Amino acid sequence: MINERKPLVSFKDYSFQYFAQAEPTLHDINLTIYEGEKVMIVGASGSGKSTLGNCINGLIPFSYKGESKGSVQVGGRETSEMSLFELSKIVGTVLQDPDGQFVGLSVAEDIAFSLENQCMPQKEMIELVQETAAIVDMDRHLTKSPFELSGGQKQRVGLAGVMVDDVELFLFDEPLANLDPATGKTAIDLIDKIKTKYNKTVVIIEHRLEDVLYRHVDRVIVMNEGRIVADMDANTLFEARVLPPLGIREPLYVSALRYAGVEITADMKPESVETLDIPRIRDAVIAWNERQPQPQPSPKREEILSGKDIRFAYNRDHEILKGIDFSISAGEMVSVVGTNGAGKSTLAKAVCALVKNVKGQFFYEGRDISDQTIKERAQHIGYVMQNPNQMICKQMIYDEVAMGLQLRKYPEEEVDRRVLAALKTCGLYEMRNWPISALSFGQKKRVTIASMLALEPKILILDEPTAGQDYYHYTEIMEFLRSLNESGVTILIITHDMHLMLEYTERTLVICDGKVLFDGSSVHALTNPDIAERANLKLTSLYDLAMKCGIDDAQSFVENFIHYERGLRDRIGPQTK
Amino acid sequence: MNTKLFDYVERHNFIYDLSGVTKFLCFMIAGAAVMFTYDIRVMVVVFVVSMIAFLLSQITFQQIRLMVIYVAIFMLMNILLTFLFHPQYGVEIYGTKHVIFSITERYTLTWEQLMYQGSKVMKYCSIIPLGMIFILATHPSEMASSMNRIGIPYKATYALALTLRYFPDVIRDYQDISVAQQARGLDMSKKERLSVRMKNILNICIPLIFTTLDRIELISNAMDLRGFGMRKKRTWYCAKKLNAKDYFALGVCLLLLALSIGMIVFVNHSRYYNPFL
Repeated sequence: MINERKPLVSFKDYSFQYFAQAEPTLHDINLTIYEGEKVMIVGASGSGKSTLGNCINGLIPFSYKGESKGSVQVGGRETSEMSLFELSKIVGTVLQDPDGQFVGLSVAEDIAFSLENQCMPQKEMIELVQETAAIVDMDRHLTKSPFELSGGQKQRVGLAGVMVDDVELFLFDEPLANLDPATGKTAIDLIDKIKTKYNKTVVIIEHRLEDVLYRHVDRVIVMNEGRIVADMDANTLFEARVLPPLGIREPLYVSALRYAGVEITADMKPESVETLDIPRIRDAVIAWNERQPQPQPSPKREEILSGKDIRFAYNRDHEILKGIDFSISAGEMVSVVGTNGAGKSTLAKAVCALVKNVKGQFFYEGRDISDQTIKERAQHIGYVMQNPNQMICKQMIYDEVAMGLQLRKYPEEEVDRRVLAALKTCGLYEMRNWPISALSFGQKKRVTIASMLALEPKILILDEPTAGQDYYHYTEIMEFLRSLNESGVTILIITHDMHLMLEYTERTLVICDGKVLFDGSSVHALTNPDIAERANLKLTSLYDLAMKCGIDDAQSFVENFIHYERGLRDRIGPQTK
Repeated sequence: MNTKLFDYVERHNFIYDLSGVTKFLCFMIAGAAVMFTYDIRVMVVVFVVSMIAFLLSQITFQQIRLMVIYVAIFMLMNILLTFLFHPQYGVEIYGTKHVIFSITERYTLTWEQLMYQGSKVMKYCSIIPLGMIFILATHPSEMASSMNRIGIPYKATYALALTLRYFPDVIRDYQDISVAQQARGLDMSKKERLSVRMKNILNICIPLIFTTLDRIELISNAMDLRGFGMRKKRTWYCAKKLNAKDYFALGVCLLLLALSIGMIVFVNHSRYYNPFL
């Protein structure tokens, strides 16, 4: 029984407030994590889940200062009486950004980093690094530099870097945020393997519930506004309907069951499609599927942008784009997906002339624009980078949005008219005289979009617009983009997010190894095992559900689901926090 | 995209196989040898030895082209300025005056001045190849550990390793930000006036600074969480053990130092070698 096990981490009536903040971030936390458990902490952005993680690994109180009440014990001792160094021998943290965590100049050095700090003799160190690297399957890449590795490989190095310490607890802070779907799945597999094999305790902080539940989790802890609102196993969690009101997305198959009118109970084992008691839900799902109306085919549109035989290489021996053809119609919203390094970001940069020496031709409204400069193309095609901090260089919102127009020497009245119009479109009109530093991430994102819209482009390309966002902010950004799209702007979105593909973009361009692997319906790409595998995507759980229920046409089942959900959302508006 | 700070090329030869500590110490010892002396004969010996080492290292001219250009510009400036401010310094030092030709009374070129400035140029030329060897023929991973081994605190030398690690990331950020700002209409090409271009660069630097600050917080957390700085010492995964080759190289450099000091103490009885007496 769980209660007989030794507690490893325990919070008692714990509250914490950062010195820089007016309100406490954590309130009355009571939580015990036992040795050998696998626990997931979910919650929307700002719910305090990362702060909770920082209390476990010791960044609070040692790096982030604040006022705390109550007690946090790790391994039976108060963390405030230990040092960060002592704690790091018990708790190993794998951070969200695998690049930032990679401090060594090569794989081996990064794995050895903690051992070096403990003055381990070189000979022992080399053996231990070799052994640990083999566990995460990186032993053949020991001399590689971080620039030669994929995101998933960097994360595995990060994991090995804390494994060398023989820690008792692994803490993963949003391990899926920077990975493509298939790599994320492999990461969850690896975490599970290590937990089982070495009998370690694992804490995963994530908001992507469905992806983590792909492997069994003992307990799910739900946080909201700094408090723990649920602490139970996944099956009970779905029965209790804890998540929907909190702005945390339930797995798609669970939503599908709810739409089909199934009363979800813990004994159906809804924690994953694999464990789900299919005979009890099959009839309801099939009946719901048959009730759905036939979807309308989308209207024919005119082409606005196309590329012919686009080729690009940073240096001679390594071609990144190997002859890409594509055609985008006016008013479309298309997602561009593919593995890291497949060339999807490079393609977007080539379209905007952000990289030089691109071979091939681009046509905009039938005209050849291959010779146009960055500045000229920006009048037709706006490019929004992933990180708004990389784009913003003025202090005031108005000035930031006006910058592109002022640099193009537009008359003042015209600048004013366009800036105000762009701010209105982006819902920033009321804040036009605010300093940008006062804005949230999503609002900053909208400022960068507004500064592109002020140039009145007909096409907008966005690089990972929702990366690192929880469901609430994801919906906010995507609904905004959808309304922009409905007002006539053609939108291309580079993304890893399969939900985004399914829900917002009818069409997907799958780029694989510098070529177009697939161009067509997003639903098709995510219900076709062959395409999904080659492009490092993951089949949607709706597909698995359809298969298990014996629905042959999985594609139209998924389409029905999207359509139904869309209808719900349009009727009741986006879910609130 | 090549954005690495130094272009380290893996090679195997006598020089590359030396430990980083040896290369750093040789650079320091030979540096001391030429610092003490103004005897051009000693410098020529050091120059010959360091050129031999440089040739052995097989570093190509392509790798050092840019550095050579900068050094050449620096030395030319140095020669001109020395002559401008101290045209008769050689005469002061050597105590004789052999005129070659005269422009004005002050600016008279003498063999003494030529000897003095020639020695100075030789000083740089004899030591720079060894510096280049340390920078280019030492694996970047080994640099921090070698400097730590000879007594520089590891927190300081690790800063060097971190620079090597994150410099390419910052360059990539700069490039990304730069193209995004160009798309908004910032003109970075030579078409624009220099003053405007300088202002435009500022527009790129502001987002770059904020992005880099975010990164620094993340990295320092990552390092704290893995126990960096908790002890007075640390060991190094990449340190190389010293072997016979290293002792040989160190021996050669110590001989050069002994030669330099020996010439000062026993032969010249001063830091200068005076051929004019």
